[in-house]
Amino acid sequence: MNRKLLRRIINHWQIYCFLLLPLIYLILFHYVPMVGAQIAFRKFTIRSGIWGSKWVGLDNFTRFFKTYNCWTIIKNTITISGYSILAGFPIPIIFALLLNCMRQERYKKAIQTITYMPHFISTVVIVGMILQICNPRVGLYGTFAHLLTGKYPNDPLGNPTVFTHLYVWTGIWQQFGWNAIVYLAALSSVDPQLHEAAIIDGASRWKRILQVDLPCILPTATIMLILRAGSVMSVGYEKIYLMQNDLNIGASEVISTYVYKLGLGASGKIPNYSLATAIGLFNSVVNLVLISVVNAISKKMSETSLW
Amino acid sequence: MIQTASVGKKPVKRRIKDPAGDKVLYGIVHVLMIVLLIVTLYPLIYVISASFSSPQAVSTGQVVLWPVDFSLRGYQEVFDYKVVWIGYENTLFYTVVGTLVNVVMTLCAAFALSKKTLPGRSFFTFLFTFTMLFSAGIVPTYLNLKDLGIVNTRWALILPGAISVYNMIVTRTFIQNIPNELSEAAAIDGCSDFKYFTAILLPLSKAVISVISLYYAVSHWNSYFNAMIYLSDRDMFPLQLFLRDILVMNTIDASSIMDPEEAQAMEGMRDLLKYAMIVVSTVPILMVYPFIQKYFAKGVMVGSVKG
Repeated sequence: MNRKLLRRIINHWQIYCFLLLPLIYLILFHYVPMVGAQIAFRKFTIRSGIWGSKWVGLDNFTRFFKTYNCWTIIKNTITISGYSILAGFPIPIIFALLLNCMRQERYKKAIQTITYMPHFISTVVIVGMILQICNPRVGLYGTFAHLLTGKYPNDPLGNPTVFTHLYVWTGIWQQFGWNAIVYLAALSSVDPQLHEAAIIDGASRWKRILQVDLPCILPTATIMLILRAGSVMSVGYEKIYLMQNDLNIGASEVISTYVYKLGLGASGKIPNYSLATAIGLFNSVVNLVLISVVNAISKKMSETSLW
Repeated sequence: MIQTASVGKKPVKRRIKDPAGDKVLYGIVHVLMIVLLIVTLYPLIYVISASFSSPQAVSTGQVVLWPVDFSLRGYQEVFDYKVVWIGYENTLFYTVVGTLVNVVMTLCAAFALSKKTLPGRSFFTFLFTFTMLFSAGIVPTYLNLKDLGIVNTRWALILPGAISVYNMIVTRTFIQNIPNELSEAAAIDGCSDFKYFTAILLPLSKAVISVISLYYAVSHWNSYFNAMIYLSDRDMFPLQLFLRDILVMNTIDASSIMDPEEAQAMEGMRDLLKYAMIVVSTVPILMVYPFIQKYFAKGVMVGSVKG
């Protein structure tokens, strides 16, 4: 038995060669940092290093939960994320279903090409565009507001309530077309016989969207939702960080931007590695738990699951 | 309409007349799609139009849809703006070298993990997918890279993200769908795994290679966050980081704006430069993707993540 296994391993030596570099990469850049994450439980100083720093148990975690803005940050994270899912998840599905019932192939292709476009624009440029367009004096927003009311409005980016909407809807603008690809792919594999049978039974196109198309893409949608659930706590910090300013910080500070500022000293203060690592770890664990729970629920209810 | 069609070469399909209800639906879908197209395109057209307008027109908010006072001043400024070209050069380097490393590593890993007979296959697959679900966080990752000595070197933007597990799984699924008989026949003919990889697998995987290359290239082209964390030397900054300075932080090197004669023109110039910069930095990526678009659906088969 063991000899047989050994034989098989030796027979595959070339395949292991292929795996060698990727494995080294994986260990060096993913698993070594995971070991390093233990500084969340230590009082880390550069001088004593990861292994030499003093153990402090859960001190860093309790410190975080005692920070005055801790709950604001968690609330902001969940609000932004929840809003993004609630508004951003159904739109690509609806878009795909409607686009799929169009019969002019060329027109369809053109719509796809155009709606994919914003996905390829970088975060920096998107935020740059938001800032320019929302500029209360020279931007589109300012121009139109001036036209309608006769005076220049306030800067929308300085308003914490507007921030969340602006963040979420510009995100939807950028990604809805791209996110629809999965569903369009799933829809293209729907058996045409189902539609034919439905037509003979007198189902209208609208009925067929609901009774044929929708059930066919439901498994895909479930998988997407599970994946999305795994990143509830890690909202798109790259974009949020760029959109932040002193006026909207009350609504725009989320866990990941807070960790970045705290841990890498972006705010000009001395970085607190251990505290930042602890918050980051808390974040990762919550994400892992969420994705597992949602996956388990989905497995029970619909037999669709990631693993 | 039908008559002209029947004269042409294409045989006319006899279609059953749409029921009235369906006609209403198709009408609504058409209108919705047109609205979506306008919503998607308008901000893009606005930015492009503004970039071709005169500084005065931009600073007084006259641009609404088409260029006002057509001028190429903005682009002249961009071409005179030195840092942009340093950034462009660096970004090209990161994109080309980075994508090359990405694709090679991803293909190796995907090929190895596609071998169902490989002892330890599921363990290795787990090692990969686990990093998708759980990460050490930004601070331990940073400290690790510092220990490895690649902070503030060009490697910092190339090595840490060498494999995206998602792309690896997509590639692996694609390779698994290549008939097994091919590799068996090759083995019988005395073809080694190395030879099989280069002579048979690579030519067959063109579709998936072009898709993941595009994904990787886009992410290199558009990323700024890692560069912001890991690089401090301005000579190595990618374009996006300079763009961030100009578009978001609003710091424009005044000396590089050619004619600082009138203050108002300066203000307009500043905004004009931003619009032109957005166009110049985004166009290259937007030129590429329509050519690869037909493969996109292959790249997003999430349903096949399992296994």
